[in-house]
Amino acid sequence: MSEHILETQNLTKEFKGFVAVSNVNLSVKTGHIHALIGPNGAGKSTVFNLVTRFLTATTGKILFEGRDITTTKPADIARLGMVRSFQISAVFPHMSVRENVRVALQRATGSAYHFWKSATSLNELNARADDLLEQVGLLSHADALTVELPYGRKRALELATTLALDPRLMLLDEPTQGMGHEDVGRITDLIRKVSANRTILMVEHNLSVVSRLCDRITVLQRGAVLTEGNYEQVSADPQVRAAYLGGSHAA
Amino acid sequence: MTKIQARNRLYLLLVAIVIGLLAPLVVYPVFLMKILCFALFACAFNLLLGFTGLLSFGHAAFFGGAAYVTGHALSVWGLPFELGILAGTLAATVMGAIVGKLAIRRQGIYFAMVTLALAQLIYFLCLQAPFTGGENGQQGIPRGFALGILDLSNNTTLYYVVLVIFSLGFGLVYRVINSPFGQVLKAVRENEPRAISLGYDTDRVKLTAFIVSSALAGLAGATKAVVFQLASLTDVHWHMSGEVVLMTLLGGVGTLIGPVVGAGVVVTLQNTLSSGPLNAYVPVVLGGIFVVCVLAFRRGIVGEIKALIKQSF
Repeated sequence: MSEHILETQNLTKEFKGFVAVSNVNLSVKTGHIHALIGPNGAGKSTVFNLVTRFLTATTGKILFEGRDITTTKPADIARLGMVRSFQISAVFPHMSVRENVRVALQRATGSAYHFWKSATSLNELNARADDLLEQVGLLSHADALTVELPYGRKRALELATTLALDPRLMLLDEPTQGMGHEDVGRITDLIRKVSANRTILMVEHNLSVVSRLCDRITVLQRGAVLTEGNYEQVSADPQVRAAYLGGSHAA
Repeated sequence: MTKIQARNRLYLLLVAIVIGLLAPLVVYPVFLMKILCFALFACAFNLLLGFTGLLSFGHAAFFGGAAYVTGHALSVWGLPFELGILAGTLAATVMGAIVGKLAIRRQGIYFAMVTLALAQLIYFLCLQAPFTGGENGQQGIPRGFALGILDLSNNTTLYYVVLVIFSLGFGLVYRVINSPFGQVLKAVRENEPRAISLGYDTDRVKLTAFIVSSALAGLAGATKAVVFQLASLTDVHWHMSGEVVLMTLLGGVGTLIGPVVGAGVVVTLQNTLSSGPLNAYVPVVLGGIFVVCVLAFRRGIVGEIKALIKQSF
């Protein structure tokens, strides 16, 4: 296993002359929880979309476990073991909670194109789906229609769905965004729990979450890396205080 | 699905079978066959719009294209009934694979525009190609014999054969929707980026659905050519693509039997109106109904009934 599970080399993305991400060299160490922080418009989500290939980089290289994935298709990235979540809760609203997780489990069974079989053949995945739901505290809601879940629970479901693929690298895009205090605490605990045996790269605005969870932090500003280090180093950096916190107010 | 739902569904199915078997005693069989052909066409279309979230505006190409190929196979090549139908269906499948491959690169309205453009291309090919009979169409297509023994020139016999074809097609749609593949389709419809991030090749999933849908639309068109012994430009015209959208929305998009109900309503209206004083205004009346449907009962007939039942329990 390589020391760095994910590396980018001079990653750059231009949108019609506007440079959203410029020369980003990111190294995510295997086993770490790595945070990507920065003010709005710093390019955090763009970096996410680039490494998961939802966007194509203008120049630069992306390596996953030493393998060049700069031109790999996004669905194949997921198959390699790097699975992302989205900023807006990414669930399948008109499927039941259990079905949401099951459809993720189903991919590995190779039955995606089996249109001649009954869907009841998927019931064998129910036990595993329920296990995952229990991990995120949603087992009692397994039969509910997802659209009816409150926001925090949808995010928890999203996490369970991502975990169903057992990814080696999980990318979480603002997992606590828009959540109430209680939910933030629960999701933070959950992330710590599931981080065993895997690497997590997350975009996060909530600095108390970052300080509690993350081993290493990269600060982005206007598309470029401002600094990198652990929470103490980064939060003490006067540049970061000036750029990110506006100098005066700490989180 | 709960036990009660499953039992209700079984009762519904039994009632439908009895109605299907007894209907020709009361209603003119050719009229019934017309409904069945369009119902199958609408079900095929609904597989895409209702269950995959793709609006194809070119399904007439598969319906009409298959009608021409079947007509040609039966009258010129002299193939037996079954092979003629099969030839039309296969032709629609191949066309569906090509059109689908090109169209699924685009999303939303652009997808619809690409399907419309390619269908228009096929329309003009049909207008110019020698085997279609141009403006006159193919007339007097022989019906022949089913399984070599059943004389299809008898309308009642043909009706039961068409009923079997429809049931097979409808059964396939039901199976596809309620299969592991159907679950993936649903996921793609609900949230495509998420489906990609779970490792699904959503383009391939959509293409598969598109091909199955165009094959079934072809089966409907091929059957229609035998019933009316006619394949004409009407079948490939974009009006036909619009009509199937209307049938599906009116009956209830995304419901299993909505398209069947919608096709029944539209075909019945067309037949009744065209023999009355409103003859020249059929499109106006249908257009009016469409507007009312979109404004007042967006879920369609079956969708609204379902919602009502859900509310009252």
